[in-house]
Amino acid sequence: MIKYDRFELPNGLRVLVHEDASTPMVVVNVLYDVGARDEDPKKTGFAHLFEHLMFGGSVNIEDFETPLQLAGGENNAYTTNDFTNYYIQLPAENIETAFWLESDRMLSLAFSEKSLEVQRKVVMEEFKEHYINKPYGDVWFKMRELAYKQHPYRWMTIGSTLSHIEEAQLKDVKEFFFKYYRPANAILVVAGKVTTAQVRELAEKWFGDIPAGVKYERRLPQEPPQHEARKLVVKAAVPLDALYKCYPMSARTEPGYYVADLLTEVLGGGGSSRLHQRLIKEKKLFSQIECYHTGSNDPGLVVIEGKLIKGVSMEEADKAVEEELEKLKAEPISEKELAKVKNKTESAIVFEDMSVMNRANSLAIYELLGDVNMMNTELERYRAVTAEEMLATSRRLFDPLNSNTLYYYSEK
Amino acid sequence: MSMGMSVQTKAFLDRTIAPPIKDAIEFDLSLPPYRRQTLSNGVEVYAIDLGNVEAMMVSWIFNAGNSWESKKGVAAAVSHLLKNGTSTRSAFAINEHFEYYGAWLNRSSHHETADVTLHCLNKHVGELLPVVAELITDSIFPQEELDIYKKNAQQRLQVSLKKSDFVAARLIDAYLYGPAHPYGVYMEQEDYQQLQRDDLVAFYKQQYLGGACRILVAGKLPADILDRLEASFGRLAIHAPAKDIALPAPAIVPATQKKYNIVNDPNGVQGSIRIARNFPNRHHPDFQKVQVLNNVFGGFFGSRLMANIREEKGYTYGIYSYLVNNIQQSALVISTEAGKEVCAPAIAEVYKEMDLLREELIDEEELQMARNFAIGTILGDLDGPFHVASRWKNILLNGLDGRYFDEGVRIIKTIGPEELRELARKYLRPEDFFELVVV
Repeated sequence: MIKYDRFELPNGLRVLVHEDASTPMVVVNVLYDVGARDEDPKKTGFAHLFEHLMFGGSVNIEDFETPLQLAGGENNAYTTNDFTNYYIQLPAENIETAFWLESDRMLSLAFSEKSLEVQRKVVMEEFKEHYINKPYGDVWFKMRELAYKQHPYRWMTIGSTLSHIEEAQLKDVKEFFFKYYRPANAILVVAGKVTTAQVRELAEKWFGDIPAGVKYERRLPQEPPQHEARKLVVKAAVPLDALYKCYPMSARTEPGYYVADLLTEVLGGGGSSRLHQRLIKEKKLFSQIECYHTGSNDPGLVVIEGKLIKGVSMEEADKAVEEELEKLKAEPISEKELAKVKNKTESAIVFEDMSVMNRANSLAIYELLGDVNMMNTELERYRAVTAEEMLATSRRLFDPLNSNTLYYYSEK
Repeated sequence: MSMGMSVQTKAFLDRTIAPPIKDAIEFDLSLPPYRRQTLSNGVEVYAIDLGNVEAMMVSWIFNAGNSWESKKGVAAAVSHLLKNGTSTRSAFAINEHFEYYGAWLNRSSHHETADVTLHCLNKHVGELLPVVAELITDSIFPQEELDIYKKNAQQRLQVSLKKSDFVAARLIDAYLYGPAHPYGVYMEQEDYQQLQRDDLVAFYKQQYLGGACRILVAGKLPADILDRLEASFGRLAIHAPAKDIALPAPAIVPATQKKYNIVNDPNGVQGSIRIARNFPNRHHPDFQKVQVLNNVFGGFFGSRLMANIREEKGYTYGIYSYLVNNIQQSALVISTEAGKEVCAPAIAEVYKEMDLLREELIDEEELQMARNFAIGTILGDLDGPFHVASRWKNILLNGLDGRYFDEGVRIIKTIGPEELRELARKYLRPEDFFELVVV
């Protein structure tokens, strides 16, 4: 049970406080409700590039890092397709430094030409490091375009192409900031050795006078139901053939999400999972196989991906995966197997919540999802899933007309 | 909300002035102690009882790293296959057992040691410890499991060898320590073919079944944890590491050539740069001092390498320098991936930063920043039983004690610019470094 207090400032900033006196540290987490899904299709990768610019100095503070490090703090940030999250961890005594820094960059950035120029290069190197200079690095660019035809999840957080990053202008940066980086569009979470009264005072002092801005209303094109089996064949200079399959699943807050999450555990969670046992150990068709889901706020994807044993044909491997899915659709899983995936989920939640940083981050994400108290009811929702629901959901989910298959061949 | 209105009446806020901070020097840092107990067979249990969550970690640390193997790859294979079959349970049954109780049983193999680590909820520990005991007394390494391992490991290696960072990491270690030293040795495809079940079984018997072991347990520990450990492990053939027998310390033979340019992928768009020199181990009085110097140089986001090569020039997504966590001998390594066309200027800047540290004194503000950052990191790192356990593990495995931690904190708080410049003159000389670029 994670306890928290919640209040809002008049400018719309939502504030959550989680007191934990057992640590000498505090975490100050600021989440902005903007991600790659909110981008213009012609300017993809911008939310993430923007995240880099948030470290390039703000209106009253030239340098973000130095004062924070002087205060013994560490920080980082990440961008997803759904949101952008910034976090600072520092000794509790120096908490005000975090409020000063975070509020100033919410007030306004410095909008420096030099920072934009350098961060464009840095992000282009990041793009190369992770997606070009790696075998199979381009898979998700292709897979997203195959699985999403309307929804902006069809492009990657890093951007669909290097040129979009190269072409980013300071004008775009300013517009983006004043559209999305307003108190009305942000969530502040403070966790650790701190009291709600203290946070209330600091939040009013540092964030209270930032203009509210206009709350951004998200109107994204929704992905229509699939109703067709899609397939793509790629050849590239990689050492092994690889098979990727993905299936559109429920949105984060829908009941089907929990069922799909447990299904991925049945199929790919650990050494006793079905795909691992049947396809690596018994049939020896794959050297590696995984099943997971993208976990996004809007409807995401259940993914199965594996590398084939040399000499195994793609068709044979694909057929074997489908046979496992058919079994899941044919009869309910046993009580024991269901209990196993639920127990694993319980442990995963407990261990994840051990760190104050993770708790702060999760509180922000659940607030973003619309109900912060979900953090305390998640386990019950998993516990309530029945074998019948697993059966019914796997029939819908793993319908061949809901499939996207990518054959990624090694070019000889 | 009425309270919000008070915002209007408060004094003008000058946002250009940083709030006052408490300095690192003022923080009192201490590593929470362990409780040491001995099982009937002499095996020592180090218990760290902290935290407020009903979850725990148990780690069995064996002298079973690759320093102890006589054939390449045996230590790693044994570690990997330890849970792939006993005389009464199949690999599947073992995995299913741990997963059913929501537990993770990880194995990892290093140079001197290899660990088996269990993470679980306290309520399930009673179902899990006896099975861990079974694995360290009765693993049988089925031939079929070994065959699968060999094939899959070879395929994984094939993919890894396409990655410039993987290739660079292997080569730099081989230059530093020599390709025959356990720190420098690396696997080739054909080495996997040579692995025989008999090699694994013999190594297992020697290093696990009848091997030297230490147990580290951390979390909000149940009152009966020691009794449970005694019941499952107190009568096994494992024993405490002999006090008078040193760890293997084979000869270190660094390469004679210093500079290397390797083309791994003609179409690669980035180079993996590694610049590295041999460095003494943690027992050397300079070790923890150079950690402070390294913080200024390339140890964290606010360091000089990052400020210059990423934040000023945009040559890379990230650049770091660090001291390698090795027991026999460490190394000082600078590591980055940079655009192919900017590798040469990036390397030149690394040497320029070394020159500056040798020539000029670090100014007080920068040093204070590095100090405070280091103290803040330790403070944050003492959060929770698992972090504390990992600090202790490192201290114990290096043959050190709690004074090492206290001394480290003292050095961070007191070391001055002159001494740091002396250390830079001693350790940051470009001619001592290996330099490698893999595209």
